[in-house]
Amino acid sequence: MEIPFTINERPDTGLTNPKFGIWLFLASEVMLFGSLFTSYIILRIGSPVPPHILAWPIQSQELNVLIGAINTAILIASSVTMILSWVALKEKQFKKFKLYMGLTIVLAVLFLVVKIWLEYLPKIQHGHVMSTNNFFAMYYLMTGLHALHIIGGIVVLAYFWGPGAKMWESNPEQFTNRIEVAGLYWHFVDLVWIFLFPTLYLL
Amino acid sequence: MAFCGLGLDISVSNPLLVMSDPHNNLASNKNLHYVLIGALLLVLTVVTVWTSTFSFSIGVSVGIALIIATVKGSLVASYFMHLITENKLILIILFFTVIFFIALIFLPLSDTMNTVGSPNVY
Repeated sequence: MEIPFTINERPDTGLTNPKFGIWLFLASEVMLFGSLFTSYIILRIGSPVPPHILAWPIQSQELNVLIGAINTAILIASSVTMILSWVALKEKQFKKFKLYMGLTIVLAVLFLVVKIWLEYLPKIQHGHVMSTNNFFAMYYLMTGLHALHIIGGIVVLAYFWGPGAKMWESNPEQFTNRIEVAGLYWHFVDLVWIFLFPTLYLL
Repeated sequence: MAFCGLGLDISVSNPLLVMSDPHNNLASNKNLHYVLIGALLLVLTVVTVWTSTFSFSIGVSVGIALIIATVKGSLVASYFMHLITENKLILIILFFTVIFFIALIFLPLSDTMNTVGSPNVY
C-alpha cells in the first residue's frame, strides 16, 4: 500500500503528510519536556533554603559546565551538518549528502560518548545517583530522556545514511522529504538541549 | 565565448566553469548562511556561560539565561526548521502548543506559589 502525499502537498493542509505528522509529534514532545521543566521548577522553588540538608545544591558546582558547553557546541554543529545534508540533496549532490549526514551521526555519537563517559560514569562513581537528591533525580531524568531521543535519532539517521539511501535512486524527491522530516526532529532535539543546558548546569 | 563564431573559442578550465555556475553559487550561499547561524549559536553559548560567572541574583540570572536560550531557540526554529517560511497551519499548531505549554508551566506554579512560606514537612 502506498502512503499518499509523501511528495506532493495535500490540498486541504498544504503540507505533505510526513511533514504535518512530524510537526504534530514535535508539538506533543514540547508538552512532554514541558511537564519535566514544570516538575523541575516546582521541586526547586519548593526545596528548603540552605543550610538545610535537603536544600537545592549549587548546580554549577555539582555538574561540569565546560563539558555541558562542549556538548552544546557538538549538538549545534550536528544541526548545521544535518541541514547541509538536506541542502546537498536539494542540489542533487548525493556524495555531499553522505558526507554531511555521516558527520551528523559522528557528532551525535560523540555527544553520547561525552555524556556517558565524562558525565554519567564519574558522577555515578562519586555516588551521585538519582536517589541522591531531587536535583540529581531531575538531572538524570531530563538528560536521560534527551539522550534517548539522541539514540533514536542516531538509529534513524544511520538508516538514511546506509540502507535507506537506496531510495535516492528510485525516488529522490521522497528521499529528500524524508531527510527534511528527520532534520526537523534532529533540530528539535538540539532545541531541547539549548534550554536544558542553562537550566541544569548554570542556574 | 564572444569569438566562438569565428573559430577563436578559448578553452576554459573546469574550476572556472564551476565557479560561474549560478546553481553552485546558490548552494554555497545557502551553506554559508546556515554555517553563520551555527557560528552565532556557538557565540551565544559562550555568552550564556560567561554571564553565568557574574554574581547576579537568581531572578536576574534566570532572566538572562532564558532570554539567551530563547534567542538561540528562535534561531534554530526559524532558520534550521524553516519556520519563517513555513505553512500557516504549522504556525497555528505551534501557537496552540505555546499556549498549552505556558499553561502547563504556570498553572501548577500558581498553585505552588500560594503555599510558599507556609509550614512544610521539612
